[in-house]
Amino acid sequence: MAVGKSIPRLDAVDKVTGRTKYTDDLCDRGALVARVLHSTIAHGWVRSIDITAAQAIPGVVKVITCFDVPKHPFPTAGHPWSTDPAHQDVADRLLLTDHVRFYGDDVAAVVAENEVAAAQALRAIQVEYEELPFVLDPMEARREGAPRLHEPYPDNVLGHTSIARGDYEAAIREPGLIRVEGWYDTPTVQHCHLENFICFAFMEGDRIHVVTSTQIPHIVRRVVGQALGIDWGRVRVVKPYIGGGFGNKQDVLYEPLCAYLSLCLGGRLVKLDVPREETFVCNRVRHAVRSHIITYARPDGTFVARKLEAFSDQGAYASHGHGIAAKGMGAFPQLYPCPNVQADAYTVFTNKPTSGAMRGYGIPQAMFAVESHTDDVARALGMTPMELRRKNLMPQGYRDEFSKNENYHDTFGQCLDRGEAYVDYARKWAEYEKPQTGPVRRGIGVAAFWYNTAVWPIALETSSCRIVLNQDGSVQVQTGETEIGQGADTVQAQMAAQVLGIPVEKVHVISCQDTDVTPFGTGAYASRQTYIAGFSIRQTAVLLKERILRYARELTRMDPENLDIREGKIVRAADGRVYMTLGELATEALYSLTRSQHLTAESTYQIKTNAYSFGCSFAEVEVDIPLCKVKILNLVNVHDCGKVINPCLAEGQVHGGMSMGIGYGLSEKLLFDPKTGKTLNNNLLDYKLGSFLDHPELDALFVENEEPTSAFGTKALGEPPVCAVAPALRNAIYQATGVAFDEIPINPHVMFREFSQAGLLKKEENHV
Amino acid sequence: MYDMKALYEAKSVPHAIRLLQEHPEAKILAGGSDVLVQMREGKLAGCELVSIYGLDALRGVTMEEDETLRIGSLTSFSHVAQDPLIRKHLPVLGQAADQVGSPQIRNIGTIGGNTCNGVTSADTASTLFALDAVIELTGPEGVRHLPIQQFYLKAGVVDLRPGELQTGILIPKASYHRCFGEYIKYAMRNALDIATLGCSVNAVLTEDRTAYERIRIAFGVAGPVPLRAVSAEALGRGGPVCEETVEAVAQGVLEDINPRDSWRASKGFRLHLAQELTRRALRKSTKEAGGVL
Repeated sequence: MAVGKSIPRLDAVDKVTGRTKYTDDLCDRGALVARVLHSTIAHGWVRSIDITAAQAIPGVVKVITCFDVPKHPFPTAGHPWSTDPAHQDVADRLLLTDHVRFYGDDVAAVVAENEVAAAQALRAIQVEYEELPFVLDPMEARREGAPRLHEPYPDNVLGHTSIARGDYEAAIREPGLIRVEGWYDTPTVQHCHLENFICFAFMEGDRIHVVTSTQIPHIVRRVVGQALGIDWGRVRVVKPYIGGGFGNKQDVLYEPLCAYLSLCLGGRLVKLDVPREETFVCNRVRHAVRSHIITYARPDGTFVARKLEAFSDQGAYASHGHGIAAKGMGAFPQLYPCPNVQADAYTVFTNKPTSGAMRGYGIPQAMFAVESHTDDVARALGMTPMELRRKNLMPQGYRDEFSKNENYHDTFGQCLDRGEAYVDYARKWAEYEKPQTGPVRRGIGVAAFWYNTAVWPIALETSSCRIVLNQDGSVQVQTGETEIGQGADTVQAQMAAQVLGIPVEKVHVISCQDTDVTPFGTGAYASRQTYIAGFSIRQTAVLLKERILRYARELTRMDPENLDIREGKIVRAADGRVYMTLGELATEALYSLTRSQHLTAESTYQIKTNAYSFGCSFAEVEVDIPLCKVKILNLVNVHDCGKVINPCLAEGQVHGGMSMGIGYGLSEKLLFDPKTGKTLNNNLLDYKLGSFLDHPELDALFVENEEPTSAFGTKALGEPPVCAVAPALRNAIYQATGVAFDEIPINPHVMFREFSQAGLLKKEENHV
Repeated sequence: MYDMKALYEAKSVPHAIRLLQEHPEAKILAGGSDVLVQMREGKLAGCELVSIYGLDALRGVTMEEDETLRIGSLTSFSHVAQDPLIRKHLPVLGQAADQVGSPQIRNIGTIGGNTCNGVTSADTASTLFALDAVIELTGPEGVRHLPIQQFYLKAGVVDLRPGELQTGILIPKASYHRCFGEYIKYAMRNALDIATLGCSVNAVLTEDRTAYERIRIAFGVAGPVPLRAVSAEALGRGGPVCEETVEAVAQGVLEDINPRDSWRASKGFRLHLAQELTRRALRKSTKEAGGVL
């Protein structure tokens, strides 16, 4: 059985030996180099651009400005296209813009023979702006008279949706309720994938080829067609191995511009390699969300009525838009079901870098707010955070009527049990509750998270697969679900091997995606790869197996119903008698002088189910109060992601997500200059992504309740690991210090401010 | 690909001086961990460079006849940290050198470059201040020696005259003999970071180890250039080895420092840290020296 085994990832050896080819490795060294000129104001109009000096620089081939580009507005979100205009993403982008909406907007592009000439040209371009007032805060952006970013949105609100259950206003009148209210802030952070965004484009005939570091090749093809106003079939997109994406590359970034520049130059090869500094500002970031939660609870911990307002900072362009805040809000009434709920989510444009998809898609923001609040409520009620959670978390049997998702098992109870025992939670909680007085104090925290797999029924879920049999009995597998470092190829090979009855090393997954030849699929996002691809792989493998066994009938004279494929051999099902190897059959099938046949199968499966994927994080910390430093002593994630296809890869996914959660909780935050709107710390020195030495040993535990709706019993694991880490850390710091932080990252600056206010630091003179 | 006008490689110190005289606009290139970054950022785009990286004569740590420790300016941070003389006599300097950037940066970056770029956050600079280091400069007029405090003129500017290069850093015997020190780099990360505040303390105790004969305290990022906390040092001099002295010295540093308020850290936070790091570094130095607090 291939499924459930920790086989090494298919690309491991190539990656560690440096043999793997990424986009830049595939680009001819003679490529022209493109760079983008970014605005130096946060809001306004480009009145003129003087390119004379830039064009005179030796090596400069072409300068294109916002006044030159075609006016085909296009959307960028990596969502499946909708044939219903009402469900299409907002098309608010042009290749370059004269209406500058944030500091760093794209106003011109240069193409040169080398990087030096391109950089010199950027410095030589003179731009004249007419400046407009700008707004950086979503709360201010909603106010009357605030600067308006987009004509169709007079109040800058891109989206506002609500959830109402029961009667909140009536319910809160019940006497004896305890009211707990809090505001919780999450920061703007960036994905910081190892490989910056890069693409190159060239033409053959009248077709444009784009090779790009993306999660979503088929979506890129569509958007390049839309942006250039050409037929989508004229665009070919190739996705090689990529050095991470985490959602930033679930957006169409500079592929349309790069394709356009090649088009302008008669199809010459043009490469656009985004420097790290620009990746922070001019790609996508995570939505900063401000959440306001009110809970009315009975003294016994019963939640009677709850209210949420969430304000999501969209930045300058719509990108994935309101989907993030809406998903976060959707978790609120489900994680802790409550009869009376009122929730409102707003997504608001501001003159800041554009927010898009990022691992967790609104859930890390929501979980920080909700799970910090849960501890605040527990403190107010005098209950332990564990008791309050166990009393109110989604019970077994809960069913969501919209998605039809069901909590088939007591997932939360089991995950909490597993983690509680593993970290010795109860004993440590009690020990750290005793008064602590020294400079170094300890605490332990827990937080749960809600997540659901894939995007059905909000959007299309479809997967296509092709399997081709080779002479030696091995197969090639192709799907539209992409390998982006998470190990998709490996688990796809395991699933195909399992259904076909062949050893996993006989499965060759074609990792590189090419929209000319790869079956249609929408790419890697929503923690959907294994769940979604599982269906089309199973269906296609069954189809191929039927064809193989039908062919075997001629060679064995046995009815296909009596045959099977086991360990790569054609056998009689009842007694296991071996007739031939699959390789012998395949060779015969291809070269037969009487009945030659290439045995292949291809099919599409549309998925109309979805699955919850829940779990929790435990964090134990030591806080050095005078130094305003947190040391993580223990960090444990517990996941019920259904059946684990590859335990070793699953553990790796969880470790990566936990690492991202540590940065989110303790150190990462993009800063903006209030005077200019400029991003201040758009480099890896000033943006505090944690180093190896900032990480404790990470522990990943699994509760494997097989998901009954899933082809292989599995469900989401890509994004869930990041979701509850920050609130678990926050709750641990709260226990250690008594300070209920209401924002992340809880970095030394924030701790200094809060510890000073709480009187935990020595009173010293000269404090400003 | 770097945007440079020309690169001249020096074959010897006199050759380097000649090249610098012939190309007065040229920047000196040692390990390149600062210069190349600035070229990439565009600040030094199109510059001329005189590389001294091949001058092996400027590498290594030696003991001079008068027991002055001499550190060649091109000695890498890794080599400083691992050098047997440094480990024996000046572990605090090795400790500081070992906290610069990353292993790669420490292999390429040099202690001379760390001081010549004139920045306040340089990890070795505050310790060199606390050691009363002497900078050796070689130029067309010959060799001159400058106390490190005079070498730093203002933020990013050092007293390096036309045609001159830094050839060595000298630590007098009095700075390490019977002296024990501690450097604390306070940064947001445990590696790969720049100091929010750097604090280097060293102490000499009396023979009976009950009093402070001498305390030296230097900071990075507490002002535009590294600086010494002279009034705090004076408060501790002759004081008994006890927590009260430590506390008085820690309080005293506020008289000496003037950190900035910036988006990287508030002035208030840096003032707080200066005291806390002083406390901790002085306690550690005291214990290393055999004192009991």
